[in-house]
Amino acid sequence: MSSLLFPEKSISPKTKWIGGILLILLLSILPLLFQNPYTMSVLILAILYAYFALSWNILGGIAGQLSLGHSAYAGIGAYTSTALFLQWGISPWIGMVVGALFAAFAAILIGWPCFKLRGAYFALATLSAAMILKIIVENTHDLLGGPRGLEITLLKNAPWQFQHTNKLFYYVIVAFLLFLVIGVTQWILRSRIGYYLNAIKNDQEAAQSLGVNLTRYKLITAAISGIFTAIGGTFYAQFVLYINPEKIIGSHLSIQLAVMCIIGGRGTIPGPILGAALLVLSEEFTRLYMGGKMVGLDLMLYGIILMTVIRFEPQGIYAPLRKFFTRFARSTSPLLDGKSS
Amino acid sequence: MGILQFNGVSKVFGGLRAIDDVSFSVEQGEIVGLIGPNGAGKTTIFNLASGFIPPTRGKIFFKGSRIESLTPDGICKMGLCRTFQVVKPFGDMNVLDNIMVASLLHTANIEKAKEEALEVLSTLGLSSVKNQMAKNLTIADRKRLEIGRALATHPRMILLDEVMAGLTSVETMGVVEMIRQMRQKNITILLIEHIMQAIMNLSDRIIVIHHGEKISEGDPKAVANDERVIKAYLGEEYHEFTQGQ
Repeated sequence: MSSLLFPEKSISPKTKWIGGILLILLLSILPLLFQNPYTMSVLILAILYAYFALSWNILGGIAGQLSLGHSAYAGIGAYTSTALFLQWGISPWIGMVVGALFAAFAAILIGWPCFKLRGAYFALATLSAAMILKIIVENTHDLLGGPRGLEITLLKNAPWQFQHTNKLFYYVIVAFLLFLVIGVTQWILRSRIGYYLNAIKNDQEAAQSLGVNLTRYKLITAAISGIFTAIGGTFYAQFVLYINPEKIIGSHLSIQLAVMCIIGGRGTIPGPILGAALLVLSEEFTRLYMGGKMVGLDLMLYGIILMTVIRFEPQGIYAPLRKFFTRFARSTSPLLDGKSS
Repeated sequence: MGILQFNGVSKVFGGLRAIDDVSFSVEQGEIVGLIGPNGAGKTTIFNLASGFIPPTRGKIFFKGSRIESLTPDGICKMGLCRTFQVVKPFGDMNVLDNIMVASLLHTANIEKAKEEALEVLSTLGLSSVKNQMAKNLTIADRKRLEIGRALATHPRMILLDEVMAGLTSVETMGVVEMIRQMRQKNITILLIEHIMQAIMNLSDRIIVIHHGEKISEGDPKAVANDERVIKAYLGEEYHEFTQGQ
């Protein structure tokens, strides 16, 4: 019985619901606890990173295609909505949709040649695709502001223009985005495409021999992943009201996304969330206690965490946690006692 | 015309002629054995037929249409499925999910695919390990899983690449039984095997490959007595052994 409810691979639907309800409760209590704008900002960025990580996770975790160029999609989202707004006064909400479509198109354009490569070569190709985009943006001075970036005109309280002075406005949006990406990930994992992506991750040739069209499924996945990342890019632009190529298209963001998922647990839903929480915490801690003294200390700290995790828990920190909770659930549930099959 | 047909197929890797002007035909419902020494080009023939490599020259037909330019997934969808000599289980997926990947070829409905996969598992005798990770299976179970996955795609024809290698004699008998059951479902079978007793018993016809060329073809007895086959592959001892029987 218990092997049915807790098979090695997946968690029972009941546990999943409990996880979802806990997350909703946590997300609704947190803004009540932290009223001051600084903590709210950290919280919003933490959720945004979790959202970004889960967007990357669709391609990098579930499909196992290690992309190091996802900042390209974030950049496309941020620059599309911002340029449309600044040049033609189009609402960033509409710009967000346009940016997402551009990102899907770019994902297919980048994916078409890159998916012919495997492993490290694929990672390097995606990394250079993002670099090319960054150089293009840096050299487009009129429309995209070149290397200095773009500043979004402050409108104060204009929800239809994706702006508000109350941080809660952004908090609600980013929390909704987080649930959206979790929902889509769940849907992928439970449908045919999820099985196919898992098969592709395990053995491409075997998957192909069983009728899985590698190119089609990889491109669909890249497009979904790119769309979500681009939406996050628009959100970031509207939240910070300033974007520049280094910050939003630079390789730093791409690597952060991959590392968050690897530390937390690729291919799972709680893993990237844990990884994002860890990243934002270590960033804020080093900033708080070191001030501006040791720039890059957070990255060193993060590197150490990454090495430790890969050495001792290559599946990410979520794997041992899950084992612990599964055992805990078994030992506390009287229904399951001694009925293991 | 047979269900699978090679017309003057050649495959050149750099300076090496892996397959040289090979022609043969497999009829619907037949069990055909493909034998030959190591490196003769047997697996290359499988790779050509299943679309993993394109031929340098020649035509390959499946169910009457040319398939040289199709991808492996396209050929699988047409009903020609293969297994791999070095089995390729999806190691981090459990046995049931492994089969489900294959049964999802004909339905997008997860529940239906699961039902079908469970059926395949029970006919293969793998039901007891359905929740185990594929990487933890014994070699015999991995080979059965490999066959099971291929069967779950509902093939009209199946290419079996040394599915008995490394098995005990009892396990081999199990696989032989499995192949006989496939034939009863009217699945055409082309198999590569080094276990002569099994292949001689199972096959309606045998094709012998040596240095990339077809050197003999015919019913098992005739092939076993063919001078060239004895010289190239079977050896004098095997010949004397069968004569003595």
